[in-house]
Amino acid sequence: MKMQGSFVDNLPRIYGLYTGGFIIFIGIMAVLEQMGVGADTIGILFVAFTVVIYAAIGWLSRTMQVDAYYVAGRSVPPVFNGMATAADWMSGASFVAMAGGIYMGGHAYLAFVVGWTGGYVLVASLMAPYLRKFGCYTVPDFIGTRYGGNLARFCAVLVLVVASFTYVTAQINATGTIASRALHIPFEIGVWFGLLGILLCSMLGGMRAVTWTQVAQYIVLIIAYLVPVIWMSNKQGFGVFPQLVYGDAVMRLGELETLHQVGVLKPAEAVPGLRALTVPHAAAGTTMLDSWRFITLTLCMMAGTASLPHILMRYFTTPSVKAARQSVAWSLLFIFLLYFTAPALATFTKLQVLDPNLATGIIGKSIAEVTALDWIRNWSEVGFLKVVDSNGDGILQINEFFMRGDIVVLATPEIAGLPYVISGLVAAGGMAAAMSTADGLLLAIANALSHDLYYKIIDPKAETKTRLVVARVLLIVIGAAGALVASLKLTSILGAVAWAFDFACSGLFFPLVLGVWWKRANRQGAIAGMLAGLIAGTWYLYMVRFAGMEPWIGIDHLRFGIIGMPVSLVAMVAVSLMTAAPDKETQDMVDATRIPKGASVLASSH
Amino acid sequence: MNSDQATHWRRTRNLMWVTLAIWFVFSFVVHWFADALNGASFLGFPFGFYMAAQGSLVVFVVLIFWFARTQDRIDRECGMAEDE
Repeated sequence: MKMQGSFVDNLPRIYGLYTGGFIIFIGIMAVLEQMGVGADTIGILFVAFTVVIYAAIGWLSRTMQVDAYYVAGRSVPPVFNGMATAADWMSGASFVAMAGGIYMGGHAYLAFVVGWTGGYVLVASLMAPYLRKFGCYTVPDFIGTRYGGNLARFCAVLVLVVASFTYVTAQINATGTIASRALHIPFEIGVWFGLLGILLCSMLGGMRAVTWTQVAQYIVLIIAYLVPVIWMSNKQGFGVFPQLVYGDAVMRLGELETLHQVGVLKPAEAVPGLRALTVPHAAAGTTMLDSWRFITLTLCMMAGTASLPHILMRYFTTPSVKAARQSVAWSLLFIFLLYFTAPALATFTKLQVLDPNLATGIIGKSIAEVTALDWIRNWSEVGFLKVVDSNGDGILQINEFFMRGDIVVLATPEIAGLPYVISGLVAAGGMAAAMSTADGLLLAIANALSHDLYYKIIDPKAETKTRLVVARVLLIVIGAAGALVASLKLTSILGAVAWAFDFACSGLFFPLVLGVWWKRANRQGAIAGMLAGLIAGTWYLYMVRFAGMEPWIGIDHLRFGIIGMPVSLVAMVAVSLMTAAPDKETQDMVDATRIPKGASVLASSH
Repeated sequence: MNSDQATHWRRTRNLMWVTLAIWFVFSFVVHWFADALNGASFLGFPFGFYMAAQGSLVVFVVLIFWFARTQDRIDRECGMAEDE
């Protein structure tokens, strides 16, 4: 890639061809299916083909230059950075679990949808343009330079590692799950296969390679998400823009919930890991506590979005401050395409299952008829679904149908009777979503350790070559550690994705915001803010999740940022005011950060 | 800090507060009253559900595009924009 300029100019053409090629590939798979090629083979081809493409992009983007490795040479146009950020952002959880969460949890779960989109308003208005102007390579680089001193830098690295590592094990777990199911290998091996794919994308080219694979992964994942929904909606007569017209379906669900007595009939027994539907789809909670729980979760997810280093560092790669701002807007637009589809998908799938007038409806049918269905059999076999005739009347009631929310996206093509090629496409999309997020997270951790811990703190005289070798070794080591934790299947204990957001906002939100917006903020305050927030949040998480403490006013383990953030703010402001104001040099640095004009605070290669 | 820079920062700060005020309404206020809003209907949806599933999201997307444009105008008018 010697002709960087012409490469950037050609991006629309390159990715246009890529998208066309992918659509042709889907067509070929559809033809193979018609010719009688088995479902398993198609699944393998989908996952293998896409992963090989990503690895090839990673190989082509290899580099030995520091600014290409850390910030993709700051040459990524806003729209493409938007796509890369969207892939970076949308994890296996967004792709696989979000629609299922809405299916099971109804309105309360939509707090995630609102939180994971509205956070970008904070990114755009408070953070991204200023960090871009600053010219840092990593988020701790900003903290370390703005506040000065190795301890502040180290605290930022600490928060980053805690938050990102929590998140990355869940993503490696997801790649392992999908790889093992699509390729028919044991989960423990699937995890390492997934890691191999992830490392191939990021190791040789750092941020540059991750950027261009993430754009490719976004294209795959958004096609894979939209096609089944549009197909299904068209089949049900809702047209090709299901997101705009599913209001009728939501209303119809309300009637069906009364008919099937959703929420009235409670499950007679508990099935571990699975749930019966007991929550209405659209109705919101009626108490103050319900509203409080909704907005506290929303706030934690939003502040976490604005503090997660793997997202913030994407905006370091744009050519200018103006481009960074525009890029945040494009990111959210691309994310929005999936997020406003997820509730539609949940609604249509639920309608398919609940509506006795549809051929696919199962509630109210006889147990024998339901258990004979292919998709019920397939998913029961792997333990993701269970039909129990609790009252022995031979008819399936709403409280006798148990499932894991996760399967909504994966099983929808089967439930709606779509061809297998769609299931293969969805598997490839889930893989793309999990891989792209894992890549961003691994890179964020490895870059912080190699740039901030190794180069800035341990060995400031290290040569470029050594720095980049250290960065790659760390990438492998951290990836392996993540895969090891994932293969131990501890993720059900450790891996709540929400925790990563809570850790990040507890420790980093205020030190980052006030670093730009409050000149008086100083080193002592920032260190106090990071440590107090992280410790308070972690303590609270431990108490409610593991030590059996009763949550305070509904603040459960998913929302512990509500405890961490105020502690961080108070500690930071109080300690800053009790100690000396930052010197003139630092104050001038903040002034320079606040205007787009002029050279960045840190030199382009540092 | 010269006066252009002071004006720039004042306008930037005002824009930030306006942006965050809109953000606050559509992040928290609207959803606090979701149950009451569900009594109304919008495009065939219960209104409270619609805002959480789609309405707030649309507002956020438009808000950030508007913010980026407005901030850019402030930068240029105050002579603080980057050289192209």
